[in-house]
Order: sequence, then structure tokens, then C-alpha cells
Amino acid sequence: MSISSTTPAGAATTDAEKRAGTAPRRRGRTPLSEGKKQERKLGWLLCAPAALVMVAVTAYPILYSFWLSLQRYDLKFPDERQFVGLENYATVLTNSYWWTAFAVTVLITVVSVVVELVLGMGLALIMHRTIVGRGLVRTSALIPYGIVTVVAAFSWRYAWTPGTGYLANLVTPDGAPLTERASALAIIILAEIWKTTPFMALLLMAGLALVPDDLLKAASMDGASWWQRFTKVMLPVMKPAILVALLFRTLDAFRVFDNIYVLTNGANQTSSVSMIAYNNLIKGLNLGIGSTMSVLIFLTVAIIAFIFVKLFGTAAPGSSDDGGRR
Amino acid sequence: MAIRDRHPQRGSVRARALAVGAAIALMAPLTACGSSDEGGVPTLNLYQFPVEGMQNVIDNCNRAANGRYIIVYQVLPRAADDQRVQMVRRLAAEDDSMDILGLDVTWTQEFASADWIQEWTGEDRTEIENGTLPGPLASAQYEDRLYAAPNNTNVQLLWYRKDLVSEPPKTWDEMIEAALRLKQEGKTYQVLTMGAQYEGLVVLFNNLVASAGGNVVSEDGKTAVMDAGTVRALEVMQRFATAGVTSPSFTNQIEDDVRLAFQNGAGAFQLNWPYVYSALQSDAPQLAPNVTWARYPAIDPNTPSRVTIGGSNMAVSKYSRHSDLSFEAVKCLRNAENQKYLAINAGQPPTIEAVYSDPEMLEAYPMKETILEELKDAAPRPLTPAYQNLSTVVAATLSPPADIDPGQTAAALKKSIQEAIDSKGVLP
Repeated sequence: MSISSTTPAGAATTDAEKRAGTAPRRRGRTPLSEGKKQERKLGWLLCAPAALVMVAVTAYPILYSFWLSLQRYDLKFPDERQFVGLENYATVLTNSYWWTAFAVTVLITVVSVVVELVLGMGLALIMHRTIVGRGLVRTSALIPYGIVTVVAAFSWRYAWTPGTGYLANLVTPDGAPLTERASALAIIILAEIWKTTPFMALLLMAGLALVPDDLLKAASMDGASWWQRFTKVMLPVMKPAILVALLFRTLDAFRVFDNIYVLTNGANQTSSVSMIAYNNLIKGLNLGIGSTMSVLIFLTVAIIAFIFVKLFGTAAPGSSDDGGRR
Repeated sequence: MAIRDRHPQRGSVRARALAVGAAIALMAPLTACGSSDEGGVPTLNLYQFPVEGMQNVIDNCNRAANGRYIIVYQVLPRAADDQRVQMVRRLAAEDDSMDILGLDVTWTQEFASADWIQEWTGEDRTEIENGTLPGPLASAQYEDRLYAAPNNTNVQLLWYRKDLVSEPPKTWDEMIEAALRLKQEGKTYQVLTMGAQYEGLVVLFNNLVASAGGNVVSEDGKTAVMDAGTVRALEVMQRFATAGVTSPSFTNQIEDDVRLAFQNGAGAFQLNWPYVYSALQSDAPQLAPNVTWARYPAIDPNTPSRVTIGGSNMAVSKYSRHSDLSFEAVKCLRNAENQKYLAINAGQPPTIEAVYSDPEMLEAYPMKETILEELKDAAPRPLTPAYQNLSTVVAATLSPPADIDPGQTAAALKKSIQEAIDSKGVLP
């Protein structure tokens, strides 16, 4: 959906603006005709059920978590429930476990997304250019993404367990890589990359499909090398797709849970923020502190999304003069 | 949105389809969970961890019930954390399909405080209390009331190689010295026990604190106390971890790692639960004749050790639709006959004292005298609803044991334990 909304082809953009009346144009508009009004009303009516369901399943839990985060509320002590304002936020934000988990999460997010972008781009180019057995190449490239994360994480765990695992025996014959912090984090990141690079490649391939062949041919007529065609033609045209891919993966990676849960269960300071929220909420039964963490994770994700969307604003080709810049 | 903008007709079809889909999705759960209480014999769901031979015990009770109820065994996962999480999630949602809960001894206070399990009163209470060992019984109480029926218990023993050690060490100091002597002589010397950052490390700490006459938490379970006994325990723990008598992977070992290492002949001493005995007989028959047991080492030569009680209790869920029958079923499931059966077939030490003197126990449980001796003077883990939090922070603070600085660690523990009890702190 987001991909189509940022489709760079000029015709589509103006078409969309004409019909929907995007914000900047609204002021100068003449009043809508009767037919248009009816159509819009119908549109709203048709949207309403979906919108209501969205509100019910997203807005309500978010608001409820926020409400819980303002209370001392531990299921173990039901009688001691009380409103404490922002006290839980002070507790969490001054806690070293939280910040350690936060740093671990940021590290995993940044490293895995950067590596995935590079690998995903390569994979997308291969899938895009393959002529023979295209379906087979694409299918096999997507297999890791099709495997349930927990299942994949278990195979990684066994592979890295001394004694039973071929990787552990091969790489560190006398160590237990999952019990040391640095190596455990590396394995978590590796599992993440293995798992989601195909997803990245898929999104990037959609972007590659937008690059007109004529443009590439023209560039090569003008003597542009392969690298120049890639950086000066393909990347700028693909930029919106790249940003969408980055946004999706960053948000996803920031919420990393299953891989860590299976691989280390957070031992040796490898907890992510989602892990630590789970530990406080589900294991610790502390709804107040746990909800506070959930709200903080939500805010962080919202900020990341906001930054990316701000980037989009200037990234749509044709909308500004930086379209040609990389 | 963008799709709708460009293709209005298709978009409205999609919106309609979405609305219909959403409506179906919302209705589905309503139709799916109707009432399930079929007429006739009431079903009692027992949620318990896997126990060998448990189904036979249940069958016995179902036969004895004579058609008044049928107990169905809902087997929980093996890992304690997974068991607890599954139960608390259901209880928080007031699931009325749970009737009898198999609780680890450390969860009983928590579930009672959360008002999830029912109090045992009147004759039922008397029946449970009669003949039950005091240590296990205390683990089933909260604020002077009984909330569960002790089902089985557990204490760690000192297992040692009599071909290497003639006289079992009475204290930790003696044990460390004996191991060092063996080391000098170039013999097998290691003292094997659980040192990974988990509940097992907390049990070790609790053994030492209780043996030193100390306390971690005040009697009412509401205040963290760090007395001289605690500091003494920390000293012993630090000395043990740094004396050069432990396994190199001490800080990474849990029960089964320790058992396997000892079975493979890596250690002269092992501090572990009695289940290692039967495993040793079947898995390492050539080593088994050389292994014997003694009471867990003490700290002071004149004061016997006090060790942590493990085991499980059975409680009746507050949301059960068949409370009276559930209480009755628990009384059957944990009666002397069934406890004996499980002791012999699953290796679970009984909580009813009389069972120990049963002649059949001698063969399956040759170490029953030592177990009973330890049980009579055992140390419960801090009886507080916040035990789970407390255990998490204690394990994190004590790990690795070699880095303990008794004074400082005690202060750090006091702070984090108090926060855990008040549920104000953050769990790692």
C-alpha cells in the first residue's frame, strides 16, 4: 500500500491528488458538487467499519497501556493498586537494565538493517535480472522468510550448541558461543539477517521494477559505467522503495523478540527492550512497569517512523530538486 | 488509501470485503467458545508439570471417586518458567477450565496473594496438616493460612566418592580443604554444583544463608534484611568459587550438567537433588558403588546445615466451577499411598512423614534417612509473593560468584531485594 502511495510516476501522483484532494491543495478548491459530496459520504460510510475495527484493536490497547503505565499495578498485590503518575517512567528511565536492553536493541537494529540492505539489494538485483528459472530463484531466495522465526531460531540454537551443533564445532571447538555476550549478540544478528534479508530483497525488487529500461539504456549510451548507472540512475529512482524497505525493517528489528527468546532468553545481557518488557509484564506480573516499557517502546517506534516519514516528504522524485542527489 | 484513490470502484469493493471480513473475525470467537460443561460427571482439569506415573495415580483416584468426578491430566511444559507463565496468563484471564494447579513451592504465596487459589479450611485443612512434614507445610502457607496441599518435597544432599574420600566433610571449609588435598595429590578433586545465573544459584545462596543462621527477608516477607549470617554466607560462597575446586564451567552449570559431569567421573563431590541417585545406577553402573551420600555441608562445625526445600504443592483455582470436588480430588492425589507410588516410580520425596518408614521405600530410597533428617530442619526459600522477582535479582547480583565482595554485595542485594518485594524495581 505504501509503495503505491509513493509511486513516482508523475501521472499517478497528479491523478491521486486530483481525486483525494491532498492537504496542501485543499484551500484553493471550489466547493464540491452534490455528486462529489455524496460520493465522499459513501466513501466514509464504507470506510467506517474498517476504521472502527482499527480503533478498537489499536487505539484502545495503546490508551489502556498508557493508563496502566500510570499506576502501581502488580497482579501479585491486587490490593495495592494505585495511581502513581509518572513514577513508573522515572523508575524505568533511571534503570540500568532498561538502558542496557535499549543499547542492545539499537545495536541489533542498526547492524542487521544495514547488512540486510546491502545483501537485500544484491539479492534483488539477482532476482530481477535472472532470466533462466526465475520462479525457482525467487522462491528459493524467499524460503528463509517463509520459515517460522521460532523454528529457525531453534535450528540456529542447536547449530551453535557445543556438542550437538555443527557450527559450534566448526567455528569454536571449545567455546560455548551462546553463553558469551559478544558472540551471542553476533549470532542473534546473524539469525535476524538470514531471516529477513529476503523480505528486504522483495521490497527492493518492487523498487527495481520501477526503473525504466530506457533510462538505463540512455545512460549506457552516454557512456555511464555499471556502477554509475546503479548509483546515478537506479538508486535515485528506487529511493522511495528503499526508504519504505528501511522503515519496515527498522520498525521490525527494533521489536526483536523471538530470536533472542529462543537463542539466549536474554542471558548475559542480551535482552532487547521487548524481552525486558515481556519479563516484567508476563513473568513479573507487574502491569505498571511492564506497560511503561511498552509505551516507551511504542514512542520510540513512533519517533523512528516519524523520522522516516519526514525523509519521505523530500524523497519523492519530481517533488523537489534533490531527486537527482543520492 | 492510495489504491482506493486510484481505483475507486475496486476500492469500495475492497472496503466492503474488509468490513465483512472484520465482522466475521469479531463474531468467530463468540461462536467458538460456548459452554463446555457437559451434563453428567464433572471433569476436573489438573494442570501440572510432567510426572512419570502420574496418570496411574489419577486413574486410582478416578476409580475411587466412583463416578463423582473425572480428573483429566493437562500436562504443562517441562521448564518451570513456562509452567508458571501458562498458569498465570490463564488465571489473570479468570479461566474457569482450570481446577487443580500443580505449583512449585515458591509460587504458592504469589498465587495466594494474587487471590487466584482457594484457602483450605476446616476438616480439609486438618487432614492436610496431619502428618505432613513442617518444612513442606510452611511452603503451602501464606499469612498463617493454608492455600495448598504439599504434594512432594525435595532437598539437596552431598554426594561423594568414597574411593577418594574416606570421611564426608562436615563443613564447607572441610570440603574445600579435602578437594584441595586431592588436587595436590593429582586425583579427581572437583566439587560440582549449580552456579549458573538462575534459580539454582539462589538455592545455593539460600542453603548457605540458612546454614549460617542468617535471613534474607524478614519473617513477614515484607522487608529485606542482610544480617551477619548473610554476609558470612557470601564469604563462603566467594571462597568456594575462587578456591580452585570448582569446575571451569561452574558459572554455566544447571542440575543436569552437574549430574552428567559427576557421572562422567569429573568430580569428587556433588551437591545436588536426590534424583541423581537413580540416574547414576542406570547410567554409570561402574561408578555407582563408589558413590555415597551425606548431609549437606554446614558452615559452622557445631551447627548442622539447613537446606532449601524444593518440591510442589497442589492448589484449587479460585475460578474452578467444581471447588468442593477439586479439594476432594487433591486429597486423593496426594494421599500416602499415591505419594509412596510416586516416590518409588518418579523419585519424588514424599511430604507425609509416615511414608518414609514404609518398608518398600528402603530399596528405592536408601538415602531416605538423610533426606528426612534434612527435611526436619529445612530452610524454606523466602516466603513472599514476590519470590519470582526476588530470585531473578538475587541470581543477577550473585553471578558470577567469584566476583562477590561480601560487604558490598550484601548492600546491593538488600537494595534490589527490597525493590523486588515492593515490586518497584525493574526485572532484567
